[in-house]
Amino acid sequence: MHMADALLSPAVGVTFWAGTIGTIGYASKKLKEHLDDRKIPLMGVLGAFIFASQMINFSIPGTGSSGHLGGGMILAVLLGPHAAFLVMASVLTVQALFFADGGLLALGCNIWNLGIYPCFVAYPLIYKPLAGDGRSAQRILVASLASGIVGLQMGAFSVVLQTLLSGKTALPFGTFLLMMQPIHLAIGIVEGFVTAGVIHYVRAARPEILDSSASTAPLAAGISLRNVLIGFVALAIVTGGALSWFASAHPDGLEGSIAKVTGKRELPEQEHGIPAALKSVQEKTAFLPGYGFKPPANEPKAKKEAPSWPAVDAGTSLSGLIGGVLVLAVAFGIGWLIRAFRGKNTA
Amino acid sequence: MSFEAAYSGIGRLDRLSYRDTVVHRLDPRAKVVATLLFVVVVVSFPKYEVLSLFPFFLFPVLMAALGDIPAGFIAKKVVVVSPFAVFVGIFNPLFDPSTVAIAPGVSVSAGWVSFASILVKFALTISAALLLIATTSFPGICRGLRRLGLPALFVSQLLFLYRYLFVLMEEAMRVVRARDMRSFGKRGAGVRVFVRIVGTLFLRTVERAERIYGAMLARGFRGDVPSMRREALRPSDAFFVLAAGCFFALCRFVPVPQMIGRLVRELAG
Repeated sequence: MHMADALLSPAVGVTFWAGTIGTIGYASKKLKEHLDDRKIPLMGVLGAFIFASQMINFSIPGTGSSGHLGGGMILAVLLGPHAAFLVMASVLTVQALFFADGGLLALGCNIWNLGIYPCFVAYPLIYKPLAGDGRSAQRILVASLASGIVGLQMGAFSVVLQTLLSGKTALPFGTFLLMMQPIHLAIGIVEGFVTAGVIHYVRAARPEILDSSASTAPLAAGISLRNVLIGFVALAIVTGGALSWFASAHPDGLEGSIAKVTGKRELPEQEHGIPAALKSVQEKTAFLPGYGFKPPANEPKAKKEAPSWPAVDAGTSLSGLIGGVLVLAVAFGIGWLIRAFRGKNTA
Repeated sequence: MSFEAAYSGIGRLDRLSYRDTVVHRLDPRAKVVATLLFVVVVVSFPKYEVLSLFPFFLFPVLMAALGDIPAGFIAKKVVVVSPFAVFVGIFNPLFDPSTVAIAPGVSVSAGWVSFASILVKFALTISAALLLIATTSFPGICRGLRRLGLPALFVSQLLFLYRYLFVLMEEAMRVVRARDMRSFGKRGAGVRVFVRIVGTLFLRTVERAERIYGAMLARGFRGDVPSMRREALRPSDAFFVLAAGCFFALCRFVPVPQMIGRLVRELAG
């Protein structure tokens, strides 16, 4: 469920990056305050461990599919939330670079979805109270299941919100939600069982590992979460305001309703200076209904200008097609030429 | 993706990043900044924009050609990770059936146009990210991120992860191979065995980390991974960022394909 660059608008991507960077800074600072040098190599090597173990598949009984470890919850239990968040962030960064999971702009969203919810929400608020002192196997199982499910549900919901706020897809909110949540409920249950199993195994073999992580992770996480959220909301307002002009020229869905509330719809006027061709393309796109529930407020404007665009459009779009194909050919042709030239030089 | 394929994919990207070309010699900071700029500009196009995105292919194509990176390898990796974007985008034609004229006499539903836009953006952003890592060594990127202001603790975290990634993946690969050889059909591939494998792997990891820590203490570790390199930005790095920025701005605000197309039509008659 990695978020992808292509589905994001810059405003959403940058906002979540800001929130993620803030949380990385915060977790680093918090960890440095009572830093045990021993933890630095342990965190790094555990990151590599999560990476490697995510590639081991197991078959899920009763279905034909296979699952793998998510990692956020298990790290939070073994390392405490701050260290676990940093490890998750580094794992996702390496995945974004080497596997291109999602892409670089979406990395902020992915760290947010897969790191913050398990480490700073599910672990302190659900796992800790339910697991208690971690002596009872049943309580660990219940706690892992509940926190695994909640963490993944929040992550999946967050993917839906980020996609719809970006307005690149025409999927209605309810349909998208119905597709994402049940799948992640199943994944969350499996993840919960696996997490409990691994914790149980580690506790049986080397109980002191769990004891030391429990004692070095104070329960200040509740307060820290609030600080993080307040900071995030402030950042969202600032970046959202500053970047809204840069965002999609056709705010629709949630973005559209926000724009309507704040009365900020002067986007077409702002880009008056650019050539008429671009403007006509923008006008064309602006009247395509993004969602079925578009309020009638925009309708008179649409009707007024609707007859004018098809005439402009046919000519422009033919030029666009010709030009587009040419540009593509030139771009790849340059690459091919450089390569051919190189080959001759080295041969 | 099978374990072996994923492992060899990472290894190949890593080896490519140590080549010596014009692109590889650029400062990591310059490449990180230019790539981020590229992604943000590409993503900032409205949802029905397809043609205006085409000029942006020049950036990944140039990076690959000048950096001597095999294009087929990158293209294959882009296709492998595409399912989520395709899965979400494929619903656009269903939910957005109003028609648009794309050429005189030819019209398609708007949903196909926005789907095409998602696919083009996807190809652009993912290939740019892959080319960044294929032309910049991972430690180089980490140094760049450190200079760009990310916390030292997080950057040393990334460095450790990278250093032990290959060690642990090889270890996991051996365990998986052993499991696969002993499990016929479905036996042994279930959760029970998986939990024990991961548990064992975890304990081995912790023990390895303890040994590493001991070795690092013996070499004077005090909680930081310092770098001996002192590198300054060269004029060529600044020029690269500036040129890339100007090109992105030009293609963002001027409809290059439409203008070329109109020119061609005027010339043709």
